[in-house]
Amino acid sequence: MSDDWRGISRSYLALRRLEVVVAAVAAAIVFAIFLNGWYRLWVLGALAAGVFGLVIVQRRFAAWGYAERADDLLVKRGVLFARLSVVPYGRMQFIDVTTSPFERLIGIATVRMHTAAAASDARIPGLEKHEAARLRDRLAELGESQAAGI
Amino acid sequence: MTGGWQRLHPLTTLVRGGRGTIAIVVILVPSLLDGGNTSRTITLLAVAAAFFGMSFVRWLVTRWRIEADDLQIETGLLGRRSLRYPLAQVQAIDIVRPGLARLFGVAELRLRMGGSSGGTARLAYLREDEVEPLRVQMLRLARGAEEHEEEIPAWLHETLLARVSTGRLIASIVIADVGIVAELVLAGLIVAGVLAPNAERGIFGGGAAWAIAVGTRIWRRFNQEYGLSVSEAPDGLHLRGGLVGLTAETIRPGRVQAVRLVEPFFWRPVGWCRVEVDLAGKQKVEGEGRAQRGQLRALLPVGDRATAELIVERLVPDRPRELVAPPGRVRWKSPLRYRKLAYGRTDTCVATRSGRLRRVTVWVRLEKAQSLRFVQGPLQRRLRVASVHVDVAGKTLHAIARDRDAIEARREIDTLAELARAARRAA
Repeated sequence: MSDDWRGISRSYLALRRLEVVVAAVAAAIVFAIFLNGWYRLWVLGALAAGVFGLVIVQRRFAAWGYAERADDLLVKRGVLFARLSVVPYGRMQFIDVTTSPFERLIGIATVRMHTAAAASDARIPGLEKHEAARLRDRLAELGESQAAGI
Repeated sequence: MTGGWQRLHPLTTLVRGGRGTIAIVVILVPSLLDGGNTSRTITLLAVAAAFFGMSFVRWLVTRWRIEADDLQIETGLLGRRSLRYPLAQVQAIDIVRPGLARLFGVAELRLRMGGSSGGTARLAYLREDEVEPLRVQMLRLARGAEEHEEEIPAWLHETLLARVSTGRLIASIVIADVGIVAELVLAGLIVAGVLAPNAERGIFGGGAAWAIAVGTRIWRRFNQEYGLSVSEAPDGLHLRGGLVGLTAETIRPGRVQAVRLVEPFFWRPVGWCRVEVDLAGKQKVEGEGRAQRGQLRALLPVGDRATAELIVERLVPDRPRELVAPPGRVRWKSPLRYRKLAYGRTDTCVATRSGRLRRVTVWVRLEKAQSLRFVQGPLQRRLRVASVHVDVAGKTLHAIARDRDAIEARREIDTLAELARAARRAA
């Protein structure tokens, strides 16, 4: 298979990393303030969990990918549970593009394709704003030209 | 009968209210007989009057007619709505008779429309004896046939495929999973009652809510599946049955998203099975009971293998005959499932089999596939296997080929994508 796989934006990784760091540091500070004696070791525990979280975030980021083929969109994700979805353009019912406030700040968005099946799973997070818009338009166009009924 | 506006049956007012009517009667009668608390009685009467008044006005302002090739329905007092249903787009016409409607001798006609909107036209309620001729007439118009043909045309003929007998239905519920749990609990209650008469009250109190829930489930199943018959007609499979409320439904082949054959553990010794279909999720109709939504439609509540095969054959004639088991190493991951797991496909249809205690076979036609998924969990990766999902637009079902060899599964995804595209083009 020589599919043209694309990864997602590094800004997405940065945001996820920031989340992990903030959570770990906050936990460490809370432990440092409220715990005494040997219990203070929990501070190290929180920081270690943070490092572990960073590794996971990195790997999950690397696992994301999508490829636009002639008739369908491929989306892969997941480290522990590896998933690959194939969604034919013709099956698409609508597309939505969403951004959280933080994502908007760094200019990334999530594009999601909906089909008639609830189980279909075609979500691509962390797309640069212009890439998200391009993908949305392209999918809409392809979806229209290949539309099939239920 | 072309032309002239007509009203629905006057009793619509009562029947539409359904449970509301029953509730009002139940509350009203004792308080009227009692005669003591006048102000309360008056309030109740006012509520009832308002209720029926609104219902009556709605009936008064609703009228329908068949004009040329359209069914027109006009309704609404303030916001007037005029609905046109082109009969040429009718996919199927069902007759629905809830319990209350049967009591009053009326029935509902439900037209399932095709087209992208796929709506449903309801004529509720009409006189019972009027419904069948009207249905035939509409079907004729839908076919563009002459209106005054004498006999019932050939395309209305249907052949009976299966009909569930009451004895077997009862027997099947008694030995079904729900039934057996209920029996065990009942036996437990009796034993507890005998051994510890003092604790009896507490035990029964605790069990009551649960017993009601199970009882409702069993009753609903019995009520819906009583006397259910499936017959084959040119426009699809016709489904008829019910104990209190009667339904007649047409299932067009195109509406079926997935078919499944269930062989519950306790039915296996007697060789019974159940055939269910999942229909497109879009066709939600108000008035279709809550219980009916999100539930699979049983075509054969209980029957032997041969009958089941007969029905499945009608729905997925192109199904694969040979299913292949997954690699033997899967045994360690799913010891209970392993012996049932199997997968097979033809160019147009996928079949998967699974289940721990019961055996469930699912067929999905590739032309209905909405998306394909490859999923590999940590344990599966260790065993070099993966699952392939074929998603359809049904409510609950989709085909999952569990624990196939990982390389085969990955290749299968590409092949299936290819085949599904071809199937869609052909459809």
